[in-house]
Amino acid sequence: MNTRSNFDQNLNQLKKMQLEMAAKAEKRIKDAMLALLNQDIDLANRVISGDNEIDELEHEIHEKALMLIATESPVARDLRRINVALKVSSEVERMGDMAVNIAKSVVQIGKDKHIKELADIPHMMEMALEMVADALTAFYTEDISIARQCAEKDDAVDDMFGKLIHELMGHIPKNPESTNQIIQLSFVCRFIERIADHSTNIAENVVFLETGKRLNLNH
Amino acid sequence: MAIQTLTRDIFDVKDLNLWYGDHHALKNIDFPIQKKEVTAMIGPSGCGKSTFLKTLNLMNKMIPNVKITGEVNFDGDNILNPKTDLVELRKRVGMVFQKGNPFPQSIYDNVAYGPRIHGVKKKTHLDEIVTKALIDVALWDEVKDRLHAPALGLSGGQQQRLCIARALATKPEVLLMDEPTSALDPISTLKIEELILELKEKYTIVIVTHNMQQAARVSDKTAFFLMGELIEVDLTPNIFSMPKDTRTEDYITGRFG
Repeated sequence: MNTRSNFDQNLNQLKKMQLEMAAKAEKRIKDAMLALLNQDIDLANRVISGDNEIDELEHEIHEKALMLIATESPVARDLRRINVALKVSSEVERMGDMAVNIAKSVVQIGKDKHIKELADIPHMMEMALEMVADALTAFYTEDISIARQCAEKDDAVDDMFGKLIHELMGHIPKNPESTNQIIQLSFVCRFIERIADHSTNIAENVVFLETGKRLNLNH
Repeated sequence: MAIQTLTRDIFDVKDLNLWYGDHHALKNIDFPIQKKEVTAMIGPSGCGKSTFLKTLNLMNKMIPNVKITGEVNFDGDNILNPKTDLVELRKRVGMVFQKGNPFPQSIYDNVAYGPRIHGVKKKTHLDEIVTKALIDVALWDEVKDRLHAPALGLSGGQQQRLCIARALATKPEVLLMDEPTSALDPISTLKIEELILELKEKYTIVIVTHNMQQAARVSDKTAFFLMGELIEVDLTPNIFSMPKDTRTEDYITGRFG
């Protein structure tokens, strides 16, 4: 007999809500990137207006988590699971904010022709999205090895960020009339780098859930 | 380091086995208990935790057909030695039970009972002992004006604190508590828990509890018993965050059939 089937059901529901929230944030990030590549202002505006939905899910998760702490007196792994729900949902919410920030940069750039065809930025975004996918898989499967794999990719994203910023700054003297666009693209690089960092933070939470130890994977 | 640890252990239980007739109730228990700490024992009904507690002052020697082997070293002496003076042992290792069980006497006489049978006759001395014990259990202010009223007129929580005062009056070194709050309301329970935290400055406390949050709140170490075995003993924060044995985790998270 499972003596805590109701509690287990609630914990599963909490996890489902987190995965639903994460899927929405992941979709927003991809949409923001598409909007950038295609200079699709409408799509960028939809990303911006859709953020409320993610924020609301975060509130629901927090309320449910607090209610479970109040009513179920969780300990050990149960308590870590709820702690992780609170932390991961905040990380995902920040990821959603990053998608909105990218979309706002898309609006700022508007229909101005790109200074060059965007290749490295989408590549950097692919790397970050791979980390997002790893972090969410690690969270779903509670597999530390995938969490570590996710964190290991962060250095490459950071290196790419450094390289791109250097390159973009080099364009300003050559194309001073495109300074706004170059600054906005630099911001986008920064937002992508932050998305990778939030993925690492999620990975750290998976390690904490499994081992009870707080590790800093974000070097 | 080893010597320091040794001197801090007030009990050192080694390879303890206990049978009630054919029932093997405690199996190969090795368990050092440190001075001036609160040690909580948790586990499902029938796991042996209360039996273990009662072995520490040999209360279970009164049960027919009980057989105990191994060593229960208290302050360096094995109390399982037949020459152990049980009255002296129980003076040094006091006990409080599930429900307050005051004698049908006055509040004063309940607390004075132990010292009297141990030969204290002088009224001023008895007054002093009774006052101090009632102050120690935070009952003094509530009863100082009715010390000679019947103890059975007190509330459940007050009766339990009176019983703790009665145990303290003989100046024990160890206080054994067998589910001391299971019959009390939440506020009385919290008062007893506060009391435990104050008493550990002076006494070693070993407590059996079914309330895991209580174990987590009041104890320094927690021991998990299952079917007569001591599965795991560790610092309380470790037991309630990352227990080493999955059976402990199953029990504390309530997933134990």
